[in-house]
Amino acid sequence: MLILTCPCCGVTAEETEFHQGGEAHLKRFGPGSSDDDFHTYLFAKENPKGAHFERWRHNNGCGKWFIMARDTVTLEVYGSYPAQTHEPPKHIREAITARRPGWRWRGFA
Amino acid sequence: MSQFASEAPPSVTFPAPARRITIPVELGPESPKDTARMKRYSVFAIAREALRDHMGWERAWASPEPRKTYDVIIVGAGGHGLATAYYLGKNFGITNVAILEKGWLGGGNTGRNTTIIRSNYLQDASAAIYEKSRSLYETLSQVLNYNIMYSPRGVIMLAQTEHEVRGYKRTAQANALQGVATEFISPARVKEIVPIINLDGPRYPVLGGLWQARGGTARHDAVAWGYARACSAMGMHILQKCEVTGISRANGRVTGVTTNRGDIGCNKLGIVVAGHSGHLAEMAGFRLPIESVALQALVSEPIKPCMDCVVMANTVHGYMSQSDKGEMVIGGGTDGYNNYTQRGSFHHIEETIRALIETFPMVARLKMLRQWGGIVDVTGDRSPILSKTPVEGIFINCGWGTGGFKAIPGSGWGFAELMAKGYSPLCDEFGLDRFYQGRFIDESVAAGVAH
Repeated sequence: MLILTCPCCGVTAEETEFHQGGEAHLKRFGPGSSDDDFHTYLFAKENPKGAHFERWRHNNGCGKWFIMARDTVTLEVYGSYPAQTHEPPKHIREAITARRPGWRWRGFA
Repeated sequence: MSQFASEAPPSVTFPAPARRITIPVELGPESPKDTARMKRYSVFAIAREALRDHMGWERAWASPEPRKTYDVIIVGAGGHGLATAYYLGKNFGITNVAILEKGWLGGGNTGRNTTIIRSNYLQDASAAIYEKSRSLYETLSQVLNYNIMYSPRGVIMLAQTEHEVRGYKRTAQANALQGVATEFISPARVKEIVPIINLDGPRYPVLGGLWQARGGTARHDAVAWGYARACSAMGMHILQKCEVTGISRANGRVTGVTTNRGDIGCNKLGIVVAGHSGHLAEMAGFRLPIESVALQALVSEPIKPCMDCVVMANTVHGYMSQSDKGEMVIGGGTDGYNNYTQRGSFHHIEETIRALIETFPMVARLKMLRQWGGIVDVTGDRSPILSKTPVEGIFINCGWGTGGFKAIPGSGWGFAELMAKGYSPLCDEFGLDRFYQGRFIDESVAAGVAH
């Protein structure tokens, strides 16, 4: 059971109060984009064995979307931050580096 | 003091063994034997061994040292990988094959599933490969000379909402056109087949079911062991505790793999590693439309026979059958987020059990013995990927998601053809290019979440 903290309302609760909504920091491609870009946006998944960034929603709480950094192997939660953030905050990247030196996730490191 | 306390201990004399027993010590990966001779298992073999203290049984497969290079390397010695290797040898005469396994043979999802076999899928491409698979299961024990305990006891998928009723009626019609024998049955018939069921559940009453009489179960470990024994007998190398750590390429073509047992060269590479497919694809330099999640299962204490078919309740995520040992084998839902933990979220157990108790009130007081998880590789359309890849010579067989066990023989049959000839009618629709082309084989609606 994950214990998560919503960065919007500040509540810390069990995972059943939240819902995962796919990979975070996606760059969206729509009509007019190339087939490759559109395919990558829709289907190519990071699916990492290690640090992962996902969108979560505080379903049974404030209802807001946010982004969470989590480890898919150890289930450690590195931290969460608002959905409007374009790249992971420094303290979260440092927390990941402490556990997984040399990690990479798309453009982030 | 007990009245028996003063009695002398009974003297028991054991008959002397007919001959001195020596324990063979050449076990394990150091075994010098390169390939195993396969002795046929039969009633005569049992009689012969009974007469000589069972000292003549041999190891079912050899544990050789890796060669420098192979024609074909299969990564992953689970059911799908071993079946692929077996049909490469059997159907195409390719036997210079190594099957690499990072752990032990059949220790991944092959040994973790709930052993359900069925082929009642909606789409034609799915029905073709799953029905091929189911029909291969029918005679697999005889073909492999290894008892895989295929038991066509029948599978019911319960319809518990109006949408499921409509969906399963549609599937039954599609199956009739595909030549797969299924029928939509009434609640009364469901009760007749499964007397322990409660039709009037408080949340989800049973409104009918999709019944496949020739679906059923098989012994999952035996499927892997049977294929492994047959592969080894053809001279193939099964290399356990051999983890692939890198994939080497030259000019866009695969040249071999790096493992913890050294570099091994190959002409063709088949990646058949289920939940870890994304990880290996990354080594080969491409990404997959796959997400890995934990799916869990549990078994109860053994009880007397009470249910002689498989029941799947897809709306409430509960799947149950009774093993030959008497344990109720229960499959649950997948985790709601990507992970590689092989155990699964705790609250899913509660949800699964709650659903089962509503449907089968008599299981309410059963004790659960074991719970475990496996990492399943889920695609967007819930259909597998059997495909060439951007790297020449690398083929991938993955994305079986929550329902790969039933597909083992058919998947191996088709994927071996794809690897040997570069084309297979069974696999044609399941290429990676379908995601570029928007040509999905959508089973997520047809099959619910369950497989």
